[in-house]
Parts: sequence; C-alpha cells; structure tokens
Amino acid sequence: MAFYRSHVLVSVDPECVKRGAHQIIDALNDELVAQGLIDEIQVLETSRIGDPVLFGPDIIVYPEGVHYACLSPDDIPYLVEEHFLKGRIVEKFRAQEKKIVDEELGAPKAKEVRVVLRNCGVIDPNNIEDYIAEDGYMALAKVLSDMTPEQVIDEVTRSGLRGRGGAGFLTGRKWQFCRNSQADMKYIVCNADEGDPGAFMNRRVLESDPHSVIEGMIIAAYAIGARQGYIYCRAEYPLAVKTLNIAIKQAREFGFLGENILGTGFSFDLEVRQGAGAFVCGEETALMASIEGRRGEPRPRPPFPAVSGLWGKPTNINNVETYANVPQIILKGADWFASMGTEKSKGTKTFALAGDVKHTGLIEVPLGITLREIVYDVGGGIKDDKGFKAIQTGGPMGGCLPAEFLDLPVDYESLTQAGSIMGSGGMVVMDEETCMVDIARFFMEFTQEESCGKCTPCRIGTRRLLEILTRICEGKGEDGDIERLEELCDQIRTASLCGLGQGAPNPVASTLKYFRHEYEAHIYEKRCPAKVCRALITYEIVPETCTGCTVCARNCPVNAITGERRQPHKIDPDICVRCGICMQVCNFNAIVIN
Amino acid sequence: MDRVKSLEDLKKLREQALEKRKLKTASGEVQIIVGMGTVGIAAGARETLKAILEFIEKENLSGITVRQTGNIGWDSYEPIVQVVIGDQPKVTYGKVTPDVAIRIMKEHVLNGQVVKDFMLEG
Repeated sequence: MAFYRSHVLVSVDPECVKRGAHQIIDALNDELVAQGLIDEIQVLETSRIGDPVLFGPDIIVYPEGVHYACLSPDDIPYLVEEHFLKGRIVEKFRAQEKKIVDEELGAPKAKEVRVVLRNCGVIDPNNIEDYIAEDGYMALAKVLSDMTPEQVIDEVTRSGLRGRGGAGFLTGRKWQFCRNSQADMKYIVCNADEGDPGAFMNRRVLESDPHSVIEGMIIAAYAIGARQGYIYCRAEYPLAVKTLNIAIKQAREFGFLGENILGTGFSFDLEVRQGAGAFVCGEETALMASIEGRRGEPRPRPPFPAVSGLWGKPTNINNVETYANVPQIILKGADWFASMGTEKSKGTKTFALAGDVKHTGLIEVPLGITLREIVYDVGGGIKDDKGFKAIQTGGPMGGCLPAEFLDLPVDYESLTQAGSIMGSGGMVVMDEETCMVDIARFFMEFTQEESCGKCTPCRIGTRRLLEILTRICEGKGEDGDIERLEELCDQIRTASLCGLGQGAPNPVASTLKYFRHEYEAHIYEKRCPAKVCRALITYEIVPETCTGCTVCARNCPVNAITGERRQPHKIDPDICVRCGICMQVCNFNAIVIN
Repeated sequence: MDRVKSLEDLKKLREQALEKRKLKTASGEVQIIVGMGTVGIAAGARETLKAILEFIEKENLSGITVRQTGNIGWDSYEPIVQVVIGDQPKVTYGKVTPDVAIRIMKEHVLNGQVVKDFMLEG
C-alpha cells in the first residue's frame, strides 16, 4: 500500500462541479506529476466543504487542515509549488471566515422611526432611574401639574392616535366615553394578551421599556378618573411579567403609583394579572371575564366596557402599544405625533417581521409605508433571494396579500380594503415555496383550536372549514369544495359573536380570492404547485446525479430506497412516507420532488 | 428612596441620573450591555453574559460594568452585545456567542480594536 505524506480533498458537490471542481482536480494531478510529487500527495474527492455560494470549489489539505477556497485552475501551479514543494501555506488563497456583516446591516434599519421602541435595547428595564434619565415620568408630571383631564383627552384625540390592538378606534374618543360614564369606581386595563403566532411587539415593549406602558396607564387613569388598573399579560411571557412586577414595585417606591401621586392628591395603583393561554382572552369582553375570575368568553356588546366593564364598572381597555405612545404625545405634543403617518392613520406602528425574510425581528415604521418597503428595505428582501409570494398581516385573523399589493400603503383602511387587517402588527412573509392552501389550513387549525365554543357559527363553522381544507390538502378535494368554503366564510363572518369568529375566515377568503388557481390545482389536478402537501407529491432520485453513495438508503426510516453501491438508487413511492429526510442527507442534490 | 413629591423632585432626579451617566463616560469606564429579552435569552445570551463575567473575573479586570437591556429588535442577530468605552460612540455587536464575546473582550475592551467581523453598528 502506498504511503502518502499529504492528502488533498477537493469538494465535488454539484455546486462546486459547476464552478469547475473537476478542472481543479485535473490541474492538481498534472502539476503534482510535473513537480514529481504524485507519489507523495494524493488527491481525493469529497462532498461539500465550505459554503459553495461563497467559496466553491474549495480544497482542504491534510494533515495541516488548511482550507483553500475560490480557486481557479490557473492558481494551482503556484499553490503546488508553494505548499507542497516548499511547505509554505498560501495565505491569499485561504478561505476567509464568513462575514455575517454586510452593507445593509448598518445602523437601525432604514426607514425606521422609533417612538414606542426608542428605549428598547438602550435602557436597563429593571432600573427606573435609567427611564427617568430618558425623560421618564416627565409626561405624568406635566399632566398632573398643569393639565386638566379634559385637556389630556383633547391632546390625545388631536394626535389622532388609534387603537394599536388592531381595531383602530380613536383612543381619545374611547377615553372620553369612559370619562363621561358616572360611577364610584372606574378601571384601566392594559391588554397584553398578545397571542398571534409570530407576533411579539408587545412582549418587547413590556420586557425592554415597561415604564412607558405604566406611565401611559397612569395618564389614562388621570384623564378618565380611574383608581385601579390591571395589566392582563399572558403567562407565556414570564420575563415580561417579572419585568413588569419589578417596574411596578419601583414606580410605587418612587411615588408614581399609589396614594397621592407627586403630591397632587391623585391616587392610582396597578396590578399584573396573568392569562392562562386562551387566544380569545385578547378580546376585551373575554379578557374582563378572565380578570374577574370567570371563564374567558366574550359577551355581546353593547354595553361597551366604557359603560359597564370590570365588575360592571366603567372600564377603559387599550393595547400595550397604545399606552406606550401616550407619554410621548403629551411631551412632544399632538401636532408632532400627527405629523407622522397618513391622513387617517397617524404616528408609527411596530410590526413583527417573521417568515421567509432576511432580517426577521421587530420594526417600527411610520404608518403609510408600503409593504414593499417593509419587506425589501427594512426586512432586506426574501431569504435566499427567492421570489415573493404573499404577506400575511394581522395574525391569524388577517388575510394573505399577493405581490400586486406590495405597493399598498400600510394603514388601517387600506389593509381592510385589501381583505386583510392591521391587527396587532404581525407580518408573516411567504416565499414562492409556500402552499397557500396549506397556510390557510394552518391558520384555520389555530383558530379552530382557539375558538371558545360559545357561539355556533364559530365553533362549528371553523371546524367544517378545517375539515374541507384538510381534505383538499390530502388530495381528496371534490368539485364544489371551493363554493362550500366561500359560503361558509361568509356565514361565519356575519354570524359570529366576537372578533375571533368574524376574522377567522379571512385567511381562507383571501387565499380563495388571490390564489384560487392553487385550490383548483389541488382539487381538480390533484397537484400541489408549491410541492408542500405530502399526499400530492413524490420524491424521486435523478439517476444522472445519483452517485450511489447509499446515504439516503441508510437514512430512510421506512426502507423505501433500494439500489446497489455506486449505482443509481430508486425510491418506492408506495412505501415512501414523504418525510424528506433523504433530500436533506443527499450531498449531491440528486433527490427532487415531483 | 424617598417618594417623588413634586415636579421639582423629578427634575432633580433626572439631573442626577444624567449626571451618573456622565460620570461613567468621563471616567473612561467600560460599559458592556447585553440584550437579555426573551429573544436574546433564547439565542444564548445567558451563556454570553456568563462568558463575559468569567473573563472579567479571570483576568481580574476593574472599571467595567456589565448591565442588561431588553431587545433592540434585530432578532436575527441575537445575542446582541453593546460596548461603550468612556465617551467613545457605542459599538453594537451581533451573533455574539461566548467565543465571540471573549474575542470582543480581548480585542476591543483590552486593546481598543473593534472586532469588525461581528459589528452591526458603531
């Protein structure tokens, strides 16, 4: 057996082969022969080494373990002479550490304007002094020392601030209703029961800048005449609950909460109440029932909470982000706030950007920005530069909007018109490999699960919708299903008791409207265009690309793959359960979905 | 802490808080700020914070405060660590694993060389 002092491994995955890996191998062998080293150094083929998009073709030299990348055949003579003859590593060919930092990753994302999030990631949320240094509680002092409750409500009304929970009701007007109600006790409630999948705006505000919410609530209490407040936060946010409790304790110590605030005779106190994980408790009437200790179910309105809320007393409910905007409006004035946004939707809005977008995370942008700017400028575009297919706004009650809506300005009215909603600010971006029927089914599964069951249209309707959608995804769709879905959507929307039921059909209705051809392909051609629905796809091995390495056969959980070593393998579609493991483990991209 | 009883009290308090901040930067103190929101923790910020504290202890360094903050919003780059040395502008780093944190401590905090590979802004 020959003994080699050194081995050169060359990556020959398809990507590197395209970039000339075989030419590199030939050049290496030629040069090693020319230098008389061919008996000492062995050239071997291997699968992927580095990231081919960045490096290919690359080689690793053992025993040193040096990784060279981006080579061309012309580089080889020099490399062989330097490294193998003279034993010097050629620095200029070495693979560079992958840079995660690129141009577009500079400062806060372009087009962002931070109002609600100005302190997030800057101050220490557990230190009230840090908040005070950023003008914290100055708005409260201003309100208590030289504004009447009417002036406060007027300022908030003039700013044009609308409910950030998604309904978009004018906050100042809501406060006015509650102020007009006569009662011996009034309550302030903050809705922090953020349950939309892929939305986490409120969590971040509560964890990173809790005092801004507390301050906003105290100001609201002063304007309305309330003495007690509750923050209803879901128990799935333990850190937010902990941070809030610390913040409330500190606010009490400093005298911003409790009796005789800032020596003005005004008294108000706050408590955190935890929700037990029901999505419907984000609906205001269900939320109040839950705080009272009853079962979290919505009730018909009127009476509205502003007239009869918690324990039958006038109650004002706003979302976390709505309250967090208030101190800024008081300090900088209504005109400043109204100068941002559109004619009817003022100010900024935070969105949770999730899904197939490069920079996921939280953003805050002025209302009126287009979806395109959010996806491409702020989010950096679609992951792996794939094509854009749809964007879902407003959580599971929102609709999926296709590419023709990319230039739609984001505000309450435009989104509603397009068949979606603002919601609390979830945004899920989907690329071309998403199956819209499957997505509609996914959201339906969620709403069906979370339907509280009080009213029939929602309880039974969502179940029927889900059954039909599941059938379609399983390839058992029939003629007439589309019409049935449309009819159901219509009835559920008009007859349900609360927002959950009224919004539940949105994902289905919007995909039916904008991606009808996908439903048709599933039902009439038994085909899933995005190659997602398992029942409608088959995994196949391309014989030309398969090297017979047996990795797929060894990893197949149901032994559906057969083949001789070094011969193309085959998948038996009758045994295959379409788990996709073979595709993940194949180093040669020889497995495709049809 | 005495309760804040008036607007004047609050203004004084704010001045004091700002003064404290100024002192920190004027004295050339190093502040290391770790994002410890849910997203940061899920991405491994606890391990990063531990590595930083252990490094400070092992090297017996003084004049460094390590504090926490919430989420800055660039979730795909968590764990995020910010370094402020004296009155120099703040440098923000992304994807700071414990190894990267040690690199930042050695190169940036001790030698004043920004670790460019992981810098988000600065």
